Amino acid sequence: MTEPGTASGVTEGTGTPVVSLRQVRKVYASAAGPRTALADITFDVARGEFACVVGPSGAGKTTLLRCLAGLMPPTSGEALFEGAPLRSVPDGIGVVFQDYGRSLFPWLTVARNVELPLRVRRVQRAARGERVAEVLASVGLADAGGQYPWQLSGGMQQRVAIARALAYRPDLLLMDEPFASVDAQTRFELEDLILRVRDEFGVTVVFVTHDIDEAIYLADRIVVLSRSPGRVAEIVGVTLPRPRDQIATKADEAFARYREHLLGLVMSRR
Amino acid sequence: MGRALTRVWLLAVLFLAWWLWSAGSKSLYFPPLSSILKAVWDQWVTGPARAELSSSLEHLLVGYGIAAVAGIGLGAALWSLRYAREATAPYLYFLYVLPAPVLVPAALTLFGIGFTMKVVLIAFAALWPTLLNTLDGMRGVDAVKLDTSKVLGLSRARNMFQVVMPAASPQIVAGLRNSLQVAIILMVVSEWEASSDGIGYYLSNAQQSFDYTGMWSGIIVLAIIGIVANLLFVAAENRVLRWHYGQRAVEGVSR
Repeated sequence: MTEPGTASGVTEGTGTPVVSLRQVRKVYASAAGPRTALADITFDVARGEFACVVGPSGAGKTTLLRCLAGLMPPTSGEALFEGAPLRSVPDGIGVVFQDYGRSLFPWLTVARNVELPLRVRRVQRAARGERVAEVLASVGLADAGGQYPWQLSGGMQQRVAIARALAYRPDLLLMDEPFASVDAQTRFELEDLILRVRDEFGVTVVFVTHDIDEAIYLADRIVVLSRSPGRVAEIVGVTLPRPRDQIATKADEAFARYREHLLGLVMSRR
Repeated sequence: MGRALTRVWLLAVLFLAWWLWSAGSKSLYFPPLSSILKAVWDQWVTGPARAELSSSLEHLLVGYGIAAVAGIGLGAALWSLRYAREATAPYLYFLYVLPAPVLVPAALTLFGIGFTMKVVLIAFAALWPTLLNTLDGMRGVDAVKLDTSKVLGLSRARNMFQVVMPAASPQIVAGLRNSLQVAIILMVVSEWEASSDGIGYYLSNAQQSFDYTGMWSGIIVLAIIGIVANLLFVAAENRVLRWHYGQRAVEGVSR
């Protein structure tokens, strides 16, 4: 099926979803009184799924991701990771932030950055070295371990951040507009990279972006948030064939139909 | 090499000028530089003032060491304990701006004129720049770095030592440098005011006994201590903050 269609928010099937959000609501206190960032968010993400969250700016995308990561509790409702409520960041979640320059530790070399979560998890020294080499190789940075992050280009730095998030083999990878600050060509390369490592590591991905083309290209399912306060406007299943290809997939007629449908949703004043 | 030359030539010229200008001086207050340098050698290198030099360095090292460790430790503790920080903040700045030499009489009454009084005074005065810079530096640590630390699963201790301290280290080092200057000043002042040893004691003695050659020699020794301490500090700083200067150079910020 290549027609855009509404998919169910709640996954059917037997396995516990990796992520479950139930009526998640987030209200911030501000000088001008309480501000609702997320009004009512309910959806699941199944194991192995690649879910994108899109929405206009101010729809609460980053707030949603922080709730998903366990960095921030929802005001009401429930955020579950593998069936358990999130109280802090669980071991099985990796996060890639938008701003690699702020997220990587400039006082550590690339290899040390990637190694840090392994040290925390008390992985033996020899195993750490192997794992770091393996994960750096899979993001195409086999030879960059001894350099400092700031000696690398922006795209390469974001690869380091991805490698660090994957090093401890999380079940869930959360990405917050990770490619928003790199140039277009690097962005395409990184999109293909993330699809490849997702297969290689068998990780479930929730990917926040404001770029509709990027969401269609990457996702199995797209959660569209409405304008502030954020609620789920629609959940769109993307059935474009895999493996996807920057030129062929984006030239597909079905891609254009998804695009039209999603643009309509994101631009609407609802 | 060229850079070293740029920095040294003016000093050489000034010394030469001083040497020539004071060469035949009969003035009591401005003895010839040659006799001052001779006094530096006879008194401080081979002579009896060596004891004053070593006790001054001892005061400085112990006092500054305490200030550095306590400054970073207390700064980190206040950063971690929000309540304590908010309760103490106004007093910290008050103590910071209080000129430490006025504490000499109080320190004298409390600790007498011995080693303890000087070390306490140096440590107390030199504490504040490091403490406040540590606290400020830690408060300025990027929220994304703290989030990253949580996401990677760092414990509180690891977060402190492997993220917060390194992230704040440029500012901590600036505080330590400031503290070093304060420590040197307080070393002299505490020895000058009330003591039976140290360079400050020697200076005050020389001045009171009209030994102006000796006084000038002490001043030169102090200048040398200041220069050497600064050189050592810069060497250590360049090692510890190599990543920081490397990053800034890449980002196009000149030193």
